[in-house]
Amino acid sequence: MSRNKRYAMVVDTRLCVACKACVLACKGENAVPDGYSRDWLVEEVRGWFPHLSAENRSERCNHCAKPPCVAACPTGASHVEDGGAVLVTHDKCTGCKACIASCPYDSRYPHPDGYVDKCTFCLHRVHAGRLPACVEVCPTFCLHFGDLNDPESEVSRLLRGRKSKVLHPETGCEPNVFFLT
Amino acid sequence: MSGVTRRQFIKIGAATAGAVAVGSGLTTRWWGLDGDPVANPGTDGDRVVPTFCELCFWKCGVLAHVKDGRVTKITGNPAHPLSRGRLCPRGTGGTGLLYDPDRLKRPMLRRDKRGEQVFEEVSWEEALDFTAQRLLNLKDRYGPESLALYSHGYGGSWFKHLLKAYGSKNIAAPSYAQCRGPREVGFQLTYGSTLGSPEVLDLENSRVITLIGSHLGENMHNTQVQEFATAIDRGATLIVVDPRFSTAAGKAKYWLPIKPGTDLALLLAWMHVIIAEGLYDKEYVDTYAIGFDELKEHVRDKTPEWAWTQTTIAPETIVETARVIAGGRPASLVHPGRHVVWYGDDTQRSRAVAILNALLGSYARRGGIFVPSQMALPAYPYTAYQGHPKAPPDRPKDQGYPLADEVLASGLCMASIPGTASYDIKGWLVYGTNLLMALPQPERTKEAIQALDFIAVVDVLPAEIVGWADVVLPEATYLERCDDIDNPPWKVPFAAVRQEVVPPMYDSKPGWWIAREIALRLGLSDYFPWKDSMEYAMQRVHAAGYDCDVLRTTGVVVGKARPTTIEDGLVPKFATPSGKIELFSQRLKDAGFDPIPQFTPPDEPPAGHFRLLFGRAPTHTFGRTTNNRFLSEVYSQNELWLNAQMAAELGLKDGETVVAVNQDGVRSQPIRLKSTQRIRTDCVFMVHGFGHDAKGLRFARNRGADDSRLVTRIKTDPIMGGTGMSVNFVRVEKA
Repeated sequence: MSRNKRYAMVVDTRLCVACKACVLACKGENAVPDGYSRDWLVEEVRGWFPHLSAENRSERCNHCAKPPCVAACPTGASHVEDGGAVLVTHDKCTGCKACIASCPYDSRYPHPDGYVDKCTFCLHRVHAGRLPACVEVCPTFCLHFGDLNDPESEVSRLLRGRKSKVLHPETGCEPNVFFLT
Repeated sequence: MSGVTRRQFIKIGAATAGAVAVGSGLTTRWWGLDGDPVANPGTDGDRVVPTFCELCFWKCGVLAHVKDGRVTKITGNPAHPLSRGRLCPRGTGGTGLLYDPDRLKRPMLRRDKRGEQVFEEVSWEEALDFTAQRLLNLKDRYGPESLALYSHGYGGSWFKHLLKAYGSKNIAAPSYAQCRGPREVGFQLTYGSTLGSPEVLDLENSRVITLIGSHLGENMHNTQVQEFATAIDRGATLIVVDPRFSTAAGKAKYWLPIKPGTDLALLLAWMHVIIAEGLYDKEYVDTYAIGFDELKEHVRDKTPEWAWTQTTIAPETIVETARVIAGGRPASLVHPGRHVVWYGDDTQRSRAVAILNALLGSYARRGGIFVPSQMALPAYPYTAYQGHPKAPPDRPKDQGYPLADEVLASGLCMASIPGTASYDIKGWLVYGTNLLMALPQPERTKEAIQALDFIAVVDVLPAEIVGWADVVLPEATYLERCDDIDNPPWKVPFAAVRQEVVPPMYDSKPGWWIAREIALRLGLSDYFPWKDSMEYAMQRVHAAGYDCDVLRTTGVVVGKARPTTIEDGLVPKFATPSGKIELFSQRLKDAGFDPIPQFTPPDEPPAGHFRLLFGRAPTHTFGRTTNNRFLSEVYSQNELWLNAQMAAELGLKDGETVVAVNQDGVRSQPIRLKSTQRIRTDCVFMVHGFGHDAKGLRFARNRGADDSRLVTRIKTDPIMGGTGMSVNFVRVEKA
């Protein structure tokens, strides 16, 4: 359907207040079981009193362009779906956890039903023309989702206009979740 | 995802039942595994019901998604002006309240001493008859004024009405004297109007935002946080005054880690600079304000150098920030805060905030404080209340907080200790407020309860106060009931409906039903002529000329925007005695108080002690949500923030369990230490609402520590009776 798309998320760390509405919205939307979550918050404070700085990041699977989890998956359950989203086909997953070990971002968890689960970029919503649940709920407007292959998309414009970074670029996984700093 | 997953198939195979599974058609599924990689969790539900939230008191419009009779998720209602389609974590986690297994399920009568938490489940008939009989007894013996209602939450309106019909004016909420009361009085004195809730702040258009102890982002009022983020995104400059490096401080250009209790000195010094350097809005002040000359004289000696000795903020920082604040005017907002009962000088500090905003000309200005409009909604045509109830006994006999404009919850509690007030309170009706955490000095609250003839509690969860009730009346949650229409003053006039999303679970009942059933038993049926709350609400909507069906379908009707600022064409009016902004308050002077705020230095901590500060986490509303599994999963317990250097000196390590012991020897529950650079060396901080000990709260019980039990001392605001609570000191020990 959208083979020429490159889905990405852009997180504006200046706006995020680490409230975790994204975590709860994801859990509700995707019926994530108790004790697990597909997204999470990192509050990083640097410096010494009173010279401090803070960065808040809403983090999730980076939907890497070179996903080690897909390479590690023995059954083909972990795969690259349209738009570059990395998904797990539940029925094909044996729950061996090789993908969990291979992910540099610790973004996967073993679902109690026996498969490995993770952020899907809410593709079931995206395919219906909606935004991922975390993006929709965010009360600080810090989350953005869209197609990086479209130069006019909001995510493209934000990345052109602002300084950004990805997490652990040294892994060479080429993450598709970007953080505006 | 009906049928058997592969994982289960493997398990079944191992259990030698494989033949059954293969025979059931799983083989075809086995080879068709690539079918649906983008699984739809199906949480959109088969119907969506708009209503408004009650996880806090902002009352955002929400959409409840229902599938097979179960609420699957809650999302923001895009049409509602307060949520604009977005929600905070608490609102999103509302299903955790609805499906909380610890909910109060059936009415109960106490079967042991108060506080022992021993109850027997009874029928509604028995519970209501018992309640009504006790209320009739109270009225006969002591008069109707002997009954007090403490109420927090929108469903409380039915009980307020009940109390007035019964003949008592003793209706109070801790949200006044234990929260925003001093701010409202300070602004009322200055501008002739209060800020209300939601606060009438146009944050999104502010160019400079100054927060004083207000930790937006951790304090998660949805619209306000949305506007705060929008302002930051638009390049607003942020100045944060806080002893703690709050989330907001992390976004600030200027963080001023002020010595606790000295904010008023900083405010006076800022005024000094802004007036001395001629940076104030002269035309605005000349047009709208009185008392400028007195103010100028008053702050003449409140120099940055003077303030430095009090606040520990360097004079050059005070001067620089004063210029930044003035540079953004009139879209420069000095945020008035919400929970402001800190040091007992809170009305005067709020006055100083109000006066500073006046110097900036930010009242009735875009990016400042706006003048709201409200949707006209006629009151239900009730029978007039009979009799002339006595004035509340919430003020001490000799000196009486002359400028309080609401009843003091703490005062009614005091008046329940016999002989302390103009007359005794003998019965309590408690709706939705856990007074043992909401009021300071919980031991005194317990003493007051023990002296009562009768106490009934209406609540959803078995909070601590429930354990002290004679009768417990389990209310349905906000998702299971219809309440009054909400039409607060805001940027646009609107009216929102709360309606039943799913029927009440267990044997819980909506508040309106409980209040009405009690009223019928008290012979007050004339006051409850409607058959249910929806009939009542729709009568009001219909009388206002709006379409009830539309309202119930969309959840909200929004009226036409009217001018809210001078820029929009508004001509501001001030309901003060002078008809102007009162920089100098004759009312205060006449009542024997400083007509312009004076700073009094706070007490110093005893040796080895730290001032105890408390605040909020974005995932929780006081102690009301700490038993919510969804919210507790992401924030399960509070921590005691202590400066890392101090922790090292005390030999304490980050993450270890400690105890805070206050100046009166009261010990906290064990709490995890957060050894951090993010707080001054002279204070500690914890999030309020943890440390529950009620037996029925299985998730929240024994998680973290309760700050309120450490609040054994208060400093009462002499102007309006607010209970300043940040006046306690603790030492920190290994647990």
